[in-house]
Amino acid sequence: MMKRKKTSIKNYITYAIALGAFAVMMLLIATGNATRHLQSMLVPICINIVLAASLNLVVGVLGELSLGHAGFMSVGAYAGCLFSLYMQEILPTAVRFPLAMLVGGIVAAVFGVLVGVPVLRLKGDYLAIVTLAFGEIIRSIIINLNFTGGAAGLKGTPQDATFPAAFIVVMITLVVILNLVNSKQGRAIMSLRDNTIAAESCGIHVSYYKLLAFVVAAFFAGVAGALYGHNYSILTASTFDYNKSIEILVIVVLGGMGSIRGSMIAAVVMTVLPEALRFMSDYRMLIYALVLIAIMLLNASPAFSKLKGNLKKLFAGRRGREEA
Amino acid sequence: MDFLSNLISGLSLGSIYALIALGYTMVYGIAKMLNFAHGDIIMVGAFTVIVCVNMCGLPTWVGAILSVLVCVLLGVVIERVAYKPLRKSPPLTVLITAIGVSYLLQSLAQLVFGSGLHSFPKVVSIPPVQLGELTIKGDALATLAVSALIMVALTLFIGKTRMGKAMRAVSEDKDAAELMGISVNKTISVTFAIGSALAAVAGIFYGSTYGFIGPYTGSMPGIKAFVAAVFGGIGSIPGAMIGGLALGIIENLSKAYISTELSDAIVFGVLIVVLLLKPTGLLGKKIKEKV
Repeated sequence: MMKRKKTSIKNYITYAIALGAFAVMMLLIATGNATRHLQSMLVPICINIVLAASLNLVVGVLGELSLGHAGFMSVGAYAGCLFSLYMQEILPTAVRFPLAMLVGGIVAAVFGVLVGVPVLRLKGDYLAIVTLAFGEIIRSIIINLNFTGGAAGLKGTPQDATFPAAFIVVMITLVVILNLVNSKQGRAIMSLRDNTIAAESCGIHVSYYKLLAFVVAAFFAGVAGALYGHNYSILTASTFDYNKSIEILVIVVLGGMGSIRGSMIAAVVMTVLPEALRFMSDYRMLIYALVLIAIMLLNASPAFSKLKGNLKKLFAGRRGREEA
Repeated sequence: MDFLSNLISGLSLGSIYALIALGYTMVYGIAKMLNFAHGDIIMVGAFTVIVCVNMCGLPTWVGAILSVLVCVLLGVVIERVAYKPLRKSPPLTVLITAIGVSYLLQSLAQLVFGSGLHSFPKVVSIPPVQLGELTIKGDALATLAVSALIMVALTLFIGKTRMGKAMRAVSEDKDAAELMGISVNKTISVTFAIGSALAAVAGIFYGSTYGFIGPYTGSMPGIKAFVAAVFGGIGSIPGAMIGGLALGIIENLSKAYISTELSDAIVFGVLIVVLLLKPTGLLGKKIKEKV
C-alpha cells in the first residue's frame, strides 16, 4: 500500500514538472519574452519527449535494444500526413489533426506487430541489428514508392502542430506510459528485463508482454512522427535513418534507463543543446560528441558514483531527520 | 558473362565488407562490445592516403603503410581512452560511447577536410585482365587477392600463434584467461590494433574502387559490415568472411538485376530472413541459458 502511494507521488511530480514547464513557456510567449528561435524549438522538444519516453519503454523497461525507432516514426509520419492531405477538404482542422495523429499511431502499431512477432524471438545485439535493418528497409521502400513523394519528399501537409497541441500529446504519452509501467502489465514487462527465465516460470507470457511493450512504443513513435510531419511542411524519408534512431537512444540513455522523467528532461536538454551550440557552427558536432563521451565516462567513473552515493545519503539523511 | 562479371565485382565488394566485418567480429568476440566507430576508421584510413599521396606527394605504397599505422594507433588510443574505463559498464553505455567516438571522428574529419568529397588517388595500377569475353578490373583483382591473403594470415595467426591463442582464451572467458597469466589488456589492445589495420586496408580498397572519400563515407560500409558480421554469426571469424562475401554478392546482383535503389532493402531483408531461420547467424554459437 505504502509502495503504491510512493510511485503515484513520483508520477505526479513528473506531471507537475511538465505542466510547470508548459506554464512558464506559455507565460513567456504571452509576455513576448520568447524569441522566435526558442518558439521554433518547442514542438521538436515535445516530439523528442514522446519519442524518448516510448523508446524507453522498450530499452529501459523491457530491456531490449531497439535501433529502429525512427522506422516506426517514419511510418507514422507518412500515414498521418497522407491522411491529412486527403482529408484536408473534408474535415475541419480540430477533427482532422488529432485523427491524423491517431492514424499515424495505429499504422505504426500495426507495423510494430508485423515486425515484433518474428523479431522479438531474437535477443540482445541480434535484435538491435534487425530493428536497425527494419528501419533502413522502411526508408528505402518509402523512397521507392510513388504516393509518398519518393526521394523528393511529401509536400503540402498542413502545418497544424502548435505548442499546446504538442504538449497535450506529451501529457497523454506520459500518463499512458507511466500508468503502464506501474500496472500489473508493467511489472510483468520489467520482470522480463530482470530475469526472463524466472519470469516465465512464474507464468508470465514472454512473447505477449514483449510484444505489448514493443507495440505501445511503436504507437507513440508513430504519433510523434505524425506530429513531426505536421510541424514541417515537407517530409523526406532520409530524415528517418538510423542516425535518428540513435539520437533518440542517446536521449534515453542520458536520461536514465527506465526513467520516464529522465527521458523527458534529457529530451529537452538534447534538443536545446545542439541549437544552443549553433553559434559555434563548425564545432557543434565536435562538442556534442565530446560531451556525449565525457558524460558516459563520468557516469562510469568510481569517483563520480561515490560522490553521487554520498549526495544521496546526505539528502536521505536530512529527509530522515525531518520525518523524525 | 554479364552475370560472371557482376559476381566478381560483388566478390570484390564483399571482401571489403569482410575485412571490415572481421574487425567488428574480433572486437565483439573479445571485448563483447559493438564498436560503432569502426566504420569511421575506414574513412580515417582513406583520408590518410589522400593526405600522403595527393598533398604530400609520397608514393602510394608509403601512403598505404602510413594509413595502416595511423589507424592502428588510432584504434588502440580510442580503446585506451574511451572503452577501457567502461569495461564493467552495461553494454548500452559502451555502445553510446562508441557512437560518440564515431561522431567525433566524423566531425573532426569534416573540420579538417570540409564536408565535400575528395578524389582518391589511384592505388592499384594493375591493367584489367581479359578472360575470353570477361574483363576483370585491376582494382577488383587486387582487392580479392589481398583480402584472401589477409584472411589466410589472420586465420593462421588466430589458430597457431601464442597471441592468437590468448585471444581465443580471452573471448571464451576473460577472468579464467587472466588467472592463467594472460594479459587481458594487452590482448584487447592487440585485437583493436588488428581490427583497425584491417579497416585501413578496407578503406584503401574502398577508396580506390569508388574513387571518392568524404567525412561520412565510412558509416554506410560500416553498417553493412556490421550486418555482415551478424549475418555470419557475430564473434565468429569465418562467419564474418562468409557474411561479408555473401553480402557483397547479394548487393551487387540485386543492383544489377532488381533495382539500384532497393538493393539496401534487399540486403537487410536477407539478413532478417537469415536471423529468423538461424537466430545467432550462420556460424554463430548457440549459448544455452542457465538459470
